[in-house]
Amino acid sequence: MAPARDRRTGFSRRRQYSIFVSYVLAVAGAIVGAVLLVVSTFNPPAFAALRMAVASVTAPVSSAFAAAIGGVASIPEGIGHYFFVQRENAELRDVLKRQNALVLRARAVVVENRHLHTLLRVRDRSADTVVVARLVSSTGSSGRRFALLNAGRWDGVRPGMPVRAADGLVGRVLETGPSVARVLLLSDSESMVPIRRTRDGLPAVAAGRGDGRVDVRAVSGTNVRFQPGDFFVTSGVGGLYAPGIPVAKLDVGGIDSVPTGTLATPDSLDIATVERAFMPMPPAPAATP
Amino acid sequence: MKRQVPVHSIGYKPFEKSLAPSRARAIPWVSVMIGSCLTAIPVIATVPLLPPAGLLMLLSWRLLARFSLRHWAAGPLGFFDDLVSGQPLGSAVLLWSFSFILIEMIEARLVFRDFWQDWLIAGGAIALCLILGRFLALPIGTHVDGVLWAQIVITAMLFPLTARLVAWIDRKRGDQ
Repeated sequence: MAPARDRRTGFSRRRQYSIFVSYVLAVAGAIVGAVLLVVSTFNPPAFAALRMAVASVTAPVSSAFAAAIGGVASIPEGIGHYFFVQRENAELRDVLKRQNALVLRARAVVVENRHLHTLLRVRDRSADTVVVARLVSSTGSSGRRFALLNAGRWDGVRPGMPVRAADGLVGRVLETGPSVARVLLLSDSESMVPIRRTRDGLPAVAAGRGDGRVDVRAVSGTNVRFQPGDFFVTSGVGGLYAPGIPVAKLDVGGIDSVPTGTLATPDSLDIATVERAFMPMPPAPAATP
Repeated sequence: MKRQVPVHSIGYKPFEKSLAPSRARAIPWVSVMIGSCLTAIPVIATVPLLPPAGLLMLLSWRLLARFSLRHWAAGPLGFFDDLVSGQPLGSAVLLWSFSFILIEMIEARLVFRDFWQDWLIAGGAIALCLILGRFLALPIGTHVDGVLWAQIVITAMLFPLTARLVAWIDRKRGDQ
């Protein structure tokens, strides 16, 4: 490509000044960027309203796309189901027979549990569902792990509410717009969830690694051994997540800190449930004169 | 400047209406913003592998049609990208402006360029933006470095494709 002769200003003062001003503006853009970066580092929710305004435009587009893709993808699946329906029926009947005994035992345990709770006078807060919605898109090109939820303030979603799927915890709501909300996924590097081992109640935290997995770290002392197959649920410490939501199951053992995948995998997730924060923050004390 | 189409060629259309100047100037901006909005595809990604299409479009416009965007265009376009990308607000404003200034400096020195040099410059700018963006957005200890290299390679490999796209759009809108 030949050199750009058009950029030569010649003797025209007007051209000289306009080129000079455009260079000044370019450098000013970089400086404004640096200032914005400092502001958003020290006050992350500063520009939430702007972000959510843009997201409320993109979210309906994403969900329409998802619906279209889902519709096309379900055609071969439907055909497959039609052919294998006999075998599947037999299999399901088998499973039902096997599960029946388990259900009976679980029912007995529930009843017994209720009796014991009344004996101990433990007041359990039930986690109520705020809204059930779809995760429509995510930040695929950035290292942060956010997802966009297709429900917002109009549906009662507020920042801080936990988001879960049927098989486990997904994350929590970070910012809300009128009809969309931004969810901080468990695997984000700034996500930290207090958990405990189901086997013995060993306290730990699930800290996001940024690569779609979490680090399960022991918090009580050192030299804690994790076994493969250890199962972790939220402990309820901190008051954000209700206790007992499944979080992770270890594939490999280790000492003190083990990387593992989460039980709810957001990439194959269909529908997420937003729940009320387990113990909301107490109101700020009134200022004394 | 009006592009000279030979009279005896198939592209010669003397009575075709050219695009209104305001619309022709808006097209590069709109195409970069559409690239930024590519994060709206309905996939919940667990690893950051999606190439930053907004940045790719911006670099293609800058390197292939250098008068299509003003010198200061990277700032506002980066601001929009930050709103949809999930990076902390201001990181793309800073990095995109910075890469524009860098390209300007390279252009002043390396005046005769071929597509290969353009590709190299774009690759450098992509690597710079992604690596610095990673350190601006994430703590040092985050395990995304392997994925980051993969993302840089994917993005750099996509540059010829976006260059083709930009060249096509540029031909359609006509030189102003």
